[in-house]
Amino acid sequence: MKQFLVFVKKEFLHIWRDSRTLFILIWMPVVQIVLYGFALTNEVKNSKIAILDESQDEATTVIIDRIDASRYFQVIKHLHSYKEIEATFRQGKVRMVIVFPQGFRNDLLHTHHAQIQLIADATDPNTANTLTNYASSIINDYQETLDRDLKLPYRINAQVRMLYNPELKGAYNFVPGVMALVLMLVCAMMTSMAIVREKEMGTMEVILVSPLKPFRIIIAKTIPYLLVSMLNIASILLLSVYALDVPIAGNLSLLLGESILFTITSLSIGILISNSVKTQQAAMFTSMMSLFLPTLLFSGFLFPVENMPIALQIISNIVPAKWYYIIVKQVMIKGLGIQYVWKETLILVGMTAGLLAISIRNFKIRLE
Amino acid sequence: MQEQKVITANQLTKVFGNFTAVDRISFEVDKGEIFGFLGANGAGKTTAMRMLCGLLLPSSGQATVAGFDVYRQNEQIKRNIGYMSQKFSLYEDLTVRENIRFYAGIYGLSDEQIKLKTKSLLGQLHLEKQEKTLVRDLPLGWKQKLAFSIAIVHDPAIVFLDEPTGGVDPLARKEFWGMIYETSAKGITIFVTTHYMDEAEYCNRVSIMVDGKIEALDSPARLMKTYGADSMDGVFLKLARKATRVGE
Amino acid sequence: MEHAIIVEHIEKNYRSKKTGVQALKDISFTVNAGEIFGLIGPDGAGKTSLFRILTTLLLADKGKASVDGFDVQDNYKEIRCRVGYMPGRFSLYPDLSVEENLEFFASIFNTTIQENYELIKDIYVQIEPFKKRKAGQLSGGMKQKLALCCALIHKPSVLFLDEPTTGVDAVSRKEFWEMLHRLKDQGITILVSTSYMDEAGLCDRVALIQKGELLTVNTPKGIIAEFKGPLWAVKAKEMFRLLDAISSDPQVESCYPFGQYHHVVFKVRGGEEGKLRQIFQAGHFNEVEVHPIEANIEDCFMSLMKD
Repeated sequence: MKQFLVFVKKEFLHIWRDSRTLFILIWMPVVQIVLYGFALTNEVKNSKIAILDESQDEATTVIIDRIDASRYFQVIKHLHSYKEIEATFRQGKVRMVIVFPQGFRNDLLHTHHAQIQLIADATDPNTANTLTNYASSIINDYQETLDRDLKLPYRINAQVRMLYNPELKGAYNFVPGVMALVLMLVCAMMTSMAIVREKEMGTMEVILVSPLKPFRIIIAKTIPYLLVSMLNIASILLLSVYALDVPIAGNLSLLLGESILFTITSLSIGILISNSVKTQQAAMFTSMMSLFLPTLLFSGFLFPVENMPIALQIISNIVPAKWYYIIVKQVMIKGLGIQYVWKETLILVGMTAGLLAISIRNFKIRLE
Repeated sequence: MQEQKVITANQLTKVFGNFTAVDRISFEVDKGEIFGFLGANGAGKTTAMRMLCGLLLPSSGQATVAGFDVYRQNEQIKRNIGYMSQKFSLYEDLTVRENIRFYAGIYGLSDEQIKLKTKSLLGQLHLEKQEKTLVRDLPLGWKQKLAFSIAIVHDPAIVFLDEPTGGVDPLARKEFWGMIYETSAKGITIFVTTHYMDEAEYCNRVSIMVDGKIEALDSPARLMKTYGADSMDGVFLKLARKATRVGE
Repeated sequence: MEHAIIVEHIEKNYRSKKTGVQALKDISFTVNAGEIFGLIGPDGAGKTSLFRILTTLLLADKGKASVDGFDVQDNYKEIRCRVGYMPGRFSLYPDLSVEENLEFFASIFNTTIQENYELIKDIYVQIEPFKKRKAGQLSGGMKQKLALCCALIHKPSVLFLDEPTTGVDAVSRKEFWEMLHRLKDQGITILVSTSYMDEAGLCDRVALIQKGELLTVNTPKGIIAEFKGPLWAVKAKEMFRLLDAISSDPQVESCYPFGQYHHVVFKVRGGEEGKLRQIFQAGHFNEVEVHPIEANIEDCFMSLMKD
């Protein structure tokens, strides 16, 4: 047992003394969260828009005020004629133009039917979509208040409610994604590199010719990264809750338990990779290609998997991160309990057991 | 008289911070000499050699190599010397012919010259049949001989050999030294550093550096007499034991 | 236990991309308990492959071997608990200190530094002043000493040292061999490989190995006695021309440069001095010297290589 503990201690020393790696390990998750939270966002804020208000009545004024007041829009120009619209877009100054036709209020009151035109610059279709949606929902809100005032019955309203994330904050989506990514990277890549480094340095030869069981070598190599991962999870969760206002709606212990499970999954992949490569560079590259990229692409946090062709959807099923991402969303954001994630958990457990079995069996007790 | 001296060094010194790596060494090397430059790790050998190759500017003192000043004319120096070391060698994943072509090209030989040189080199080394073999697949001894030939493909005035013979088999080592003898007979000066003390005995003269200074400079025979040793190993041990620097 | 190591008809092949390489071609020899046995040969001779087979890190393709009575294939676990191994490049952890390295290796062998301190004391005292220094910052000679300590710390019965003196300065080399002789007095069997021919003389018995084959196995004196001489040392002012002149003489078996002198062996015994003087005269050589000498290991190695 002492053998084993000494080995674990040695591994910690290696990590501690390699300041570059340490820096990445500790700071990377923090940086990612900060970046995603404050800088990179697929939310659209303060988009510059222009208004062509041909009515200029009470109704249009109220709507325009509301739009300008929202944090999504910034009205920078009032146009005076239709002809200016194209020129304004050409100049690239605005992403959207809202057009209120003449007699807007009148139409609304008397025919219960009025039109507003939203013209968006769709060269970035996603943003255009988002902007028109934002605008529509503001307009709908107004419509509702009108309805209340006028007390008119039989109005069919499309109510849009955004569940769990009414403000449509991007953070709710990417925090689980970042957790999956960071764990996968830290555990798999770092672990595989740590094991292979021993091979590269030549010390693996010496350790093998000792009473130390190879099994214990692997476990000793993985424990430090297990602990570092826990640290990372803690820091991500703390940042999410206190800096980004993403609450932990569900059971914290369940969340941590699932995270530990996923950590072990990633560690097993790391061990598997280390069995088949000879240099740290190869370990890093393999981890990047076979783990980081698939996690980024197929876990669902950047791109919805349901929108992908069937073949890719099937592939996404073997990416462990996908299942973890679902679990975290269910537990952390939706606040659901184990009864809703048992399927995904079971899948992860199965994957982990399989991977561990293979990687430990394949661990080479000789050099060839 | 000056033209006969391929290397002159006078109070050559290199200081890094407050550490004096090379401490006012002075010596001369004649044309066609096989000159051995010995010393323990950390004694200053490598630093001194780098200054002579034009790779490192001295802190003080003077030196000329092939008649060129190390301070102001180090580009000319580089053009007139050859260099071979155990660590740097040839490109393992290129063929014999490709390596020759590459280095000859870097040394500034014209296409015509490269063609001629390639042919004569392959002939001399009996590598005609292996010209398309990857260097990686050549036995170590052949690699060394090839590396040496390439180092002198441009007929430099002097060739620097940095620990040239590693663990090659004795026969290959002998053949290598045979090539060095032949090269020296042609008038090319050989400046060699080595860990193998027995190789010091191939040299016309040997200098031994200890703690940045040259503690001995003479022919092997006279050194052995002076220090009462029956081999260069013995001479070196007597001198090295006085050293105060304990390696890197 | 008479034989600490027994090697019987070991064969090892490597399959590389284009060609197969026969690293070891039917190697057989034994090492007596408590002796210093040297494996002498150049790079690529097969020394490291043989070491790895004996320390159970590689499986041989054919043949058997045992260490301390345990088979290298079937009983590898027992062997791994009782041997000390120092591979080339001194496999130490560069970012751990001297002390930390030693503690680590002691504990993976379930022992402590104190338990076997007597064994490594002579060596350790030389590096003790640097015990807090990171192993990566030690000189070659100090790394060598530390690696030896780490290999000895668990009091192994057999010590495998793969090229421990390569790339190390002459003073450290000498000290290292002195340390090995003191270890021998403790009853430890030592198998050491080297490409320095002159180190053969420091071993009890020696195996000369070249291209996967054993050229001979004997005591150093025995090898020299078997040399097919006599051997002559010659010298002149024009060494290169002399080399050429003698080598091309049909009566000469071999002529190799050996630094200050060339070593010459004739095909037929008798009258060598006369023949040499004829060559000197014919080539108008100056400052000639000629005398008989005793062969050294390198001479023997080269003569055996040719056969």
